[in-house]
Amino acid sequence: MEEILEGRAIKFGDNVDTDQIIPAEFLVTGDPKELAKNAFIKVRPEFKNIVRDGDIIVAGRNFGCGSSREHAPRALMGAGISCVIAKSFARIFFRNSINLGLTLIECDVRANEGDELIVDLKGGTIKNKRSSEVFEFKPLPAFLIKIVEKGGLMEYVKEVLNEKNSHNAR
Amino acid sequence: MGKTISEKIIGNKAGVNAEAGQIVEANVDYVMVNDVTGLPAFEQFEKLPKSTKPLREKIVLIPDHYVPNKDVASAEQAKRMRDFAKKYEIENYFEVGRGGVCHQLMIEKGFVAPGRLIVGADSHTCSYGALGAFSTGIGSTEAAAVMAIGKLWLKVPDSIKITVNGKLDNYVYGKDIILHVIGDIGVEGALYQTMEYYGNTIENLTLSDRISISNMAIEAGGKAGIIPPDDKVFEYLQNRVRGSYNPVYSDNDAYYIEELEYDAVDIPPTVAKPFLPSNTAPASEVDVKIDQAYLGSCTNGRIEDLRIAAEILKGRKINSEVRMLVVPATKEIFNQALKEGLIDIFEKADCFVSGPTCGACLGGYMGILADGEKCVATTNRNFIGRMGHKNSEVYLANPAVVAASALEGRIVDPREVL
Repeated sequence: MEEILEGRAIKFGDNVDTDQIIPAEFLVTGDPKELAKNAFIKVRPEFKNIVRDGDIIVAGRNFGCGSSREHAPRALMGAGISCVIAKSFARIFFRNSINLGLTLIECDVRANEGDELIVDLKGGTIKNKRSSEVFEFKPLPAFLIKIVEKGGLMEYVKEVLNEKNSHNAR
Repeated sequence: MGKTISEKIIGNKAGVNAEAGQIVEANVDYVMVNDVTGLPAFEQFEKLPKSTKPLREKIVLIPDHYVPNKDVASAEQAKRMRDFAKKYEIENYFEVGRGGVCHQLMIEKGFVAPGRLIVGADSHTCSYGALGAFSTGIGSTEAAAVMAIGKLWLKVPDSIKITVNGKLDNYVYGKDIILHVIGDIGVEGALYQTMEYYGNTIENLTLSDRISISNMAIEAGGKAGIIPPDDKVFEYLQNRVRGSYNPVYSDNDAYYIEELEYDAVDIPPTVAKPFLPSNTAPASEVDVKIDQAYLGSCTNGRIEDLRIAAEILKGRKINSEVRMLVVPATKEIFNQALKEGLIDIFEKADCFVSGPTCGACLGGYMGILADGEKCVATTNRNFIGRMGHKNSEVYLANPAVVAASALEGRIVDPREVL
């Protein structure tokens, strides 16, 4: 897990739902790059042309509400989004992102479209380079940081299976 | 201090004294995936060491979103599930023609029971709370994790106590209760929390209506929607449930983060207008001409819902400018509807009757809307583009509103026209 993230802000409002992030008709692949081609296609069709690797989504409340489709964080990761900062997250989207290793930060940040942001994940701060404002956020619970640091839930599962196998082998 | 149903069930399954706010690792009774969420799960599972065997008896595989398959891509996706089931000898796989919509099937096939902890890679997994289980939606990667190790990290949720008392008016059902609540508290009003339901209105509801309520907990951001199980649940499960079960109830002195009370007399036939399930209004105040009416989904695709609509449509024809789709949620329901003569009523009324599928509910296929078209539906979401073109609109309602509106050609309160 990177400790410092720097990127341009792409702004969204409240209640950005999973049908907006990736509509149902595109849920026929798990490939993040394929999914990214249709991210926000109905509500913000220019997204795929403007988004750049390392961009940071800054959103309002209840980001990711709606379906459990893991395709939503995958599409964002495929588009190059390095993290999502929102006032609050819907819980299944939150779980999916942690389990896949997409960094999420719950924080009420003041930023305009295109502002450069510097995110200090360990320090718990976000700086807006244009306005010089600094915002604080609470880091994730230790158990969840462990999962993100390992590279996602499946890495954790591999460890559990390893332990079980070596225990059985004894 | 006493404990809520959620704290008790999760605590039982984690082997700890669970309190709201804690993160625990809990053993899961069943994990379910559908054809859309299964593919990423299988891909993740296959990345594990080759010797890893999935926990077959805990896994339920149900193709329902794009079945019968709508194109080559969805056919390949469904094939991956079929192949996975065959490779690992997973018995709980319900092929097209033998199953139906995942959540209704989970309930019908006896996987759901009071006190169980069930997770599913589909957001409406909260539906099983109507039978007293703790059930919640998860993602595909963690579904793969559960398939491998049978347990999952969960944050023990706080609970909201919702009490509804009084007698519901004609043509007012469980769907209206949950729309009313979501309209009141908003799409984040129960974020991360379990919604628990009490009161004589709830006790008098059919199990079918209770399922509608639990089903839409997610639309308020809820983690679960649980109704304490009673005789209606126990009777339903007789000769149907797999294995044995122990009902769990909240203690009288359990802590609730919020308590809400509603009077049934204040709940009319309710409609959720575009583009949020919380954008509710009485059906009588919604004056919208419709192009399509949709009766189906895990929310309201049961025999009880079909009976309500058939009663209204009997001997009549829907408005000449409306398409009405009737989609029984499972094979069992379809056959029951056939037996009861309901399919005949729908056919004579000029409806299009489909086999079980999620279909147009999520904008998959089987009834997609064009630019500017409007649909009144018994489904659970009405986000932008949910059922088709981004300029189409979905209005959520109960089966009686859908049927009556199909007759009139516009959204109506059934009490005003029947």
